[in-house]
Amino acid sequence: MSFRAKAAAAVITLILLVGLNYVFEGLGDFQIDPYYARIVSLIGISITLAVSLNLINGQTGQFSLGHAGFMAVGGYTATFFTVAWGASIAQAMGSTLMSPLGGSVVMVLSLAVGALSAAVAGLLVGIPSLRLKGDYLAIVTLGFGEIIRVVILNIPAVGGATGFTDAVPITNFFWIFAMAILTIVIVRNIRASTYGRALAAIREDEIAAEAMGVDTTRHKVLAFVVSSSLAGIAGALSGQLFATPLNPANLGFVKSIEVIIMIVLGGIGSITGAVLGAVVITALPEVLRDVDKQYPGLRMVVYALLLILMMIFRPQGLLGRRELSVDWLWKLTRRAPAATPGGGGNVDEQ
Amino acid sequence: MKAIIGRFGLLALACVVALSATAGCERKPAAGGANPTTGDIPVGFYGSLTGESASFGISAREGTELAVDEVNAAGGVLGGRKLKLIVEDDQSKTDEASSAVTKMITQDKVVTVLGEVSSSRSLAAAPVCQRFSVPMITPASTNDKITKVGDYIFRTCYTDSQQGRVLAEFAYNDLKARRAAILKDVGKDYSVGLTASIEENFKRLGGEVLPVVSYGSTDQDFRAILTQIREQKPDAIFATGYYPEAAIIVRQARELGITVPILGGDGWVGDSLQGGREALNNCFLSNHFATDDPDPTLKALGQKFVAAYKARFGKEPDAMAALSYDSVYVLADALNRAGSTDGTKLRDAIAATSIQGVTGKLAINETRNVDKPTVIQEVVYKDGAMKFVYKTTIKPN
Amino acid sequence: MDTFLQQLINGLSLGAIYALIALGYTMVYGVLRLINFAHGDVYMLGAFAGFFIANAMHLDANPSILGAIVVTMGSMATCAAIGVLIERFAYRPVRHNSRLTSLITAIGVSLLLEYGGQVVFGAAPRFFPQMIRSETYSVGGVQITNQSLLIIVVSVVMMFGLEFIVHRTKIGTAMRATSHNLAVAKLMGINTDFIIAFTFALGSALAATAGVMVALSIPKIDPLMGLMTGLKAFVAAVLGGIGNIPGAMIGGMLIGLMETWIGATSYSTYRDAVAFGVLILILIVRPAGILGTASVEKV
Repeated sequence: MSFRAKAAAAVITLILLVGLNYVFEGLGDFQIDPYYARIVSLIGISITLAVSLNLINGQTGQFSLGHAGFMAVGGYTATFFTVAWGASIAQAMGSTLMSPLGGSVVMVLSLAVGALSAAVAGLLVGIPSLRLKGDYLAIVTLGFGEIIRVVILNIPAVGGATGFTDAVPITNFFWIFAMAILTIVIVRNIRASTYGRALAAIREDEIAAEAMGVDTTRHKVLAFVVSSSLAGIAGALSGQLFATPLNPANLGFVKSIEVIIMIVLGGIGSITGAVLGAVVITALPEVLRDVDKQYPGLRMVVYALLLILMMIFRPQGLLGRRELSVDWLWKLTRRAPAATPGGGGNVDEQ
Repeated sequence: MKAIIGRFGLLALACVVALSATAGCERKPAAGGANPTTGDIPVGFYGSLTGESASFGISAREGTELAVDEVNAAGGVLGGRKLKLIVEDDQSKTDEASSAVTKMITQDKVVTVLGEVSSSRSLAAAPVCQRFSVPMITPASTNDKITKVGDYIFRTCYTDSQQGRVLAEFAYNDLKARRAAILKDVGKDYSVGLTASIEENFKRLGGEVLPVVSYGSTDQDFRAILTQIREQKPDAIFATGYYPEAAIIVRQARELGITVPILGGDGWVGDSLQGGREALNNCFLSNHFATDDPDPTLKALGQKFVAAYKARFGKEPDAMAALSYDSVYVLADALNRAGSTDGTKLRDAIAATSIQGVTGKLAINETRNVDKPTVIQEVVYKDGAMKFVYKTTIKPN
Repeated sequence: MDTFLQQLINGLSLGAIYALIALGYTMVYGVLRLINFAHGDVYMLGAFAGFFIANAMHLDANPSILGAIVVTMGSMATCAAIGVLIERFAYRPVRHNSRLTSLITAIGVSLLLEYGGQVVFGAAPRFFPQMIRSETYSVGGVQITNQSLLIIVVSVVMMFGLEFIVHRTKIGTAMRATSHNLAVAKLMGINTDFIIAFTFALGSALAATAGVMVALSIPKIDPLMGLMTGLKAFVAAVLGGIGNIPGAMIGGMLIGLMETWIGATSYSTYRDAVAFGVLILILIVRPAGILGTASVEKV
């Protein structure tokens, strides 16, 4: 696409988002059922989380178990920023947090704060652990998530165990999906760049990549930092969503696993796969509410079984590294069903 | 790549400008649902039926169900209409609590929301009830902030500050303790709130409080912190966490040779406190009701509730069950007085509640809380069985 | 002084718990190079198996040492069987895939046991029956219970037993050969599938012992009890040098002492973070752990 075409696409997306924002947030005369609006918002945040985790777990082949930890770092700093300075910033502009201008500017600033703080955390964790090979990253990131959780519990200013209930609900549909799209664009562009190829090389064979002159540590740390800062953005959005205060109990190991289930389900390394996984895993509990009530706790058992069975029978995830596209679906329908598994893949980096 | 991101940055800037017209949060008030005047009345209950605090959610649901069935069996409300309980599980997660409450309000059109036990989840979901003008009655969340969310949010149990005051007064006046140690579960808002209140009140009375010791929710070994406490020789120890940890703390304290009284809040009430065995002797707790209360009304109500609960669920009710049980009666009474299921009328009726419950007199005050007396009980473990023995009742001030 | 000695004893009793679990972790890792995330959950199952056997035997009313031994044996057998099943149906099919695949499978098994446990046993904590009458020995102001002593003794015995099996028996030689190079071991006529299954059975039996022993001393058991304890035990294994049996013991004791030490300061609330902080430090300073030797990756 030329720049002109890209700009046009961006403007159209923007208009679409603004329009949908009216409908979802009930700013105009018509509002979508608030319950569905809420689920869609949660899905948007999950998309950001899953696609960003896929950069490190899927594209680079490293295994992070601490995505929720980075989400927490970004979320708490961003929310704290808004609570502490948001109102005065908005006031300085002659506006308020709840009015369009003030709210938007503070939102952008708090997203930046969230992304930056999570990036710093990613750097601090990534440098020692990414020098090592193997499963250590998994354990260190898990441990990091745990440390973050314990530290947050001990800061009364952000609510401790009660959760950050002082948060100002400035997140809305527009920001959630603008950030989800931004995340997809960033991850896609990295993947298509020389960085992306280096990351893929590391994933396939780290020693060979090093032998070919790829600075593996630098590339791994870079991917890790980008991935964590995007998780920080998801945290900033989630922490400032209406009636969804950040709580250390929700940002532990289990949350990280949930994001991993999303990308494992969708396809390790596929952006559309991650999006698909995020949609399914976020919406499924709502769809299954009544089943859940009859068999409480069974859903997590099913997830666990799904995880094991996927690893045994389709370790690359539903889509693998393939991207879901109109083109591919079209070919799929034209071909015989037998050709499905390998059929006409719209291979990545195209 | 750099160029693309640069260009995107430009577009992002455009977003902000475009959004100037949209990002507001000033919503229209929710469209008031139709209030049918016949048929069953949907009542929402949300609780942690699964996840880390599942035992509390399950107790609360059982207490609620028992009361709803009793109300319906006695002829229902508003001249014969039955309550229809809609139960949602929040998996012990705050986000899920908000989703569940949103769903119950917009899909099931519940007239009132009952729940949650945990303050963090009540605090997450309360803004949803407030926004949709649906009253919420939390039976057991003690955090002071909850009822401050708005005028649709009520509470039918005492707050952290009241329970802390009662425990501190009992330890200071009745047990003559002057030096107290407090153990806090930093991962439970209940414990954090109770600790702050005990500390403040014990100091106010003239006692000395040793530096608060905290532990994490998954800790199993308290010997290190207890050894440190032992060295400082307190006259009483407050263990402000929930009963599973309390049982272990009490045991390990006695194993280390600590013989001073150990006190806890209503979070201690639970069957598996028994795990503390002989070590439980010389322990005290504050509770909502006592089956051996000298007050004949309370004693009769308490015994009737315990008998009904035992007959149905085959176990002793804990505090969450009793409080949830009462919250249903508050709602039934308010519905009858409001004469309608309309949210605003119901809110005003709940605000004027004054009934006798199992857990004491439930009179909602102007801060939408209740002032009710607190019972202090002594734990007695003898011949392989645990019993709570009534000590005293402390009135609200 | 009293307090110091008491804390030392506290630390060692806590450390012995981590050491017991870490032994199983380190052995499975040593042979398979797999972080068996589910190990902590097998430990949980061990405690539950013990719980049900002990209750079936009505041990709470009439505690006896013989009964305790029967319960431990029963729990070990149950968990060994579970361990073999997990290996056969979850780990073996993915053994030849990437390590990432094995790791995700292990996480899946761990989740399955935790949430399956919640469905089957219920989420509410239960209290382990008193199989051995609790006694407290007091020596010069220092208190120790017979149960804590038992854990320390059992973990030392297990360590030596494991060392013996791995270094002095035929099957141990086969285990080491499998660990060294699976393909070559197979070529040498070793039934590697059997050896790996045996390793899992042994590791799971160790976890079961830990489960019963810990439940004796700290009787609260619930389906999620293995998560945090298991992770800390893993850190202990890494600290001691993963794959190294005495290392697991040393690592466990060190983590126990460190947690106790932090618990005794005003930073007690950060206790849960200690193990992970230590882990990050080791990885920076000495990735192979205290007793481990750094391996050179060959192409």
